[in-house]
Amino acid sequence: MSAPSKTLGRAEAGTTESAWVRRTLIGIALAFMFLFLVLPLAAVAAEALRKGLGAYLEALQEPDAWSAIRLTLLTAAIAVPMNLVFGVAAAWAIAKFEFRGKAFLTTLVDLPFAVSPVVAGLIYVLVFGAQGWFGPWLQAHDIKIVFAVPGIVLATVFVTFPFIARELIPLMQAQGTDEEQAAIVLGATGWQTFWHVTLPNIKWGLLYGVILCNARAMGEFGAVSVVSGHIRGQTNTMPLHVEVLYNEYQSVAAFAVASLLAILALVTLVIKSVIEWRHEREMKALAELPPERPSAPA
Amino acid sequence: MSGAASSALSSAAAPIGSASARGVSRRVLPGFGITLGFSILYLSLIVLIPLSALFFKTATMSWDAFWVAVSSPRVMASYRLTFGASLIAALVNLVFGLLVAWVLVRYSFPGKRIIDALVDLPFALPTAVAGISLTALLAGNGWVGQFLEPLGIKLAFTPAGIVIALIFIGLPFVVRTVQPVLEDTEKELEEAATSLGATRLQTFTRVILPSITPALLTGFAMAFARAIGEYGSVIFIAGNMPMISEITPLIIIGKLEQYDYAGATAVALVMLLISFVLLLVINGLQGWKRRRSEATK
Repeated sequence: MSAPSKTLGRAEAGTTESAWVRRTLIGIALAFMFLFLVLPLAAVAAEALRKGLGAYLEALQEPDAWSAIRLTLLTAAIAVPMNLVFGVAAAWAIAKFEFRGKAFLTTLVDLPFAVSPVVAGLIYVLVFGAQGWFGPWLQAHDIKIVFAVPGIVLATVFVTFPFIARELIPLMQAQGTDEEQAAIVLGATGWQTFWHVTLPNIKWGLLYGVILCNARAMGEFGAVSVVSGHIRGQTNTMPLHVEVLYNEYQSVAAFAVASLLAILALVTLVIKSVIEWRHEREMKALAELPPERPSAPA
Repeated sequence: MSGAASSALSSAAAPIGSASARGVSRRVLPGFGITLGFSILYLSLIVLIPLSALFFKTATMSWDAFWVAVSSPRVMASYRLTFGASLIAALVNLVFGLLVAWVLVRYSFPGKRIIDALVDLPFALPTAVAGISLTALLAGNGWVGQFLEPLGIKLAFTPAGIVIALIFIGLPFVVRTVQPVLEDTEKELEEAATSLGATRLQTFTRVILPSITPALLTGFAMAFARAIGEYGSVIFIAGNMPMISEITPLIIIGKLEQYDYAGATAVALVMLLISFVLLLVINGLQGWKRRRSEATK
């Protein structure tokens, strides 16, 4: 990946920079990363522990904090599986078959990424809110969606919609259909084929999509903020609870809850890196194997 | 918005669907109808139908009411701020994103893997957490703010703070789109340029830069698009003063809180149309990028 710097052969001299240029560039890049990524993380920890470990733990034991944690876990527990099922189904249809409008469908899958979170929340207010399409009907039947938990879940599903599908589609396209076709020809059912042939091939990509989807689901702020009624202890997710505490100048409590979300982010990054390193190793091992399969199906 | 592994995976994606595979797979593999049907149903219920509500709601407004809602001075000021701050942040990310990608691909130094993993932090860290933590850093008594304040530089609660938050949010986009392309560039071309007498800088600007330009612009456009819609990290640091530091998404929230649903919807529609245009631009750039990488192979 990178040129070993100790002995520059004649050929390498033309493809790398002098030592001081290299050191300067590395220095600037690291300084930028330190200022923009390391410092904010460190600030979360420092602010949360400003009044000591006792105050930190106390802030986390507050009932409202607990209900925010529970709501966040519940939301992710619903939103991630929904988008997982969709991601697998969409990737199966898009990657394994040819049909008209495929490119258009793939673009539509990405659409929620292009929409501002605030707009994402607003559209559910327009559909389910008191003045919305289903507002009067929902009110007549005493069902609350917007400014209640179902709205929070829906808005979260919207903003995390593409994560798993867009990991799986290119992966399953790259793998083609040979192995699945062989399984079917040998008498496997569709489910068996998926379970024993496709799933083992995509498991890392799937896990990768799931953890990114989960991180966003637990951390979403804008969309959820619009559809949440901001009722303490009831419709506040962890990020919303952070906002409430922060605006009430309860800095330690706000950063204490924020620190849990920061830990979630770090765990996400660790799992993600492990998956990437595994993948890298597998690719290297594959590259060292002699070619055993003809690339084109006969 | 994909990370390194996904980029690596997708760059490995060969175009499938040769004539033989196309006919066979449709006949042999099961589940086409049900998976496609479910995908379209789910997409419609979660994304398309709710989004269409925006158009239908706006259609009930008169043109004059719509125009007043989307072009009042306060809203216009928010467009200028949102676009200006997003543009500056995306430009900063263009330069530093290229630098970080370059350093990660071309050089080795201790802690490189950790730095590489850390690039994705803005994707993983909830925006509200980023917002309050950047604010704490830049406030007058913060770690960074205390050094800037005596110099007369105020970042927190000003438009400059918005730019800082948007740089944070957009940081991974340029790095993660440029990194795989930079890994794929062939050293032979650089060696050839050098042996033909080019200086290192000439080789960079004439050989390397053209080959990564599509990826750079894609990352830039993605960072810009993300910044336009960003809300969570910005509102804590912005100060949110009307006409000065109030971003467009906040205008929508403000109108909603005053039960001005029509006005909120009108501004949201403007934002949505801008997002669509940016999505098309990004798709076009990605097509260019793909053609460029295929042409060099």
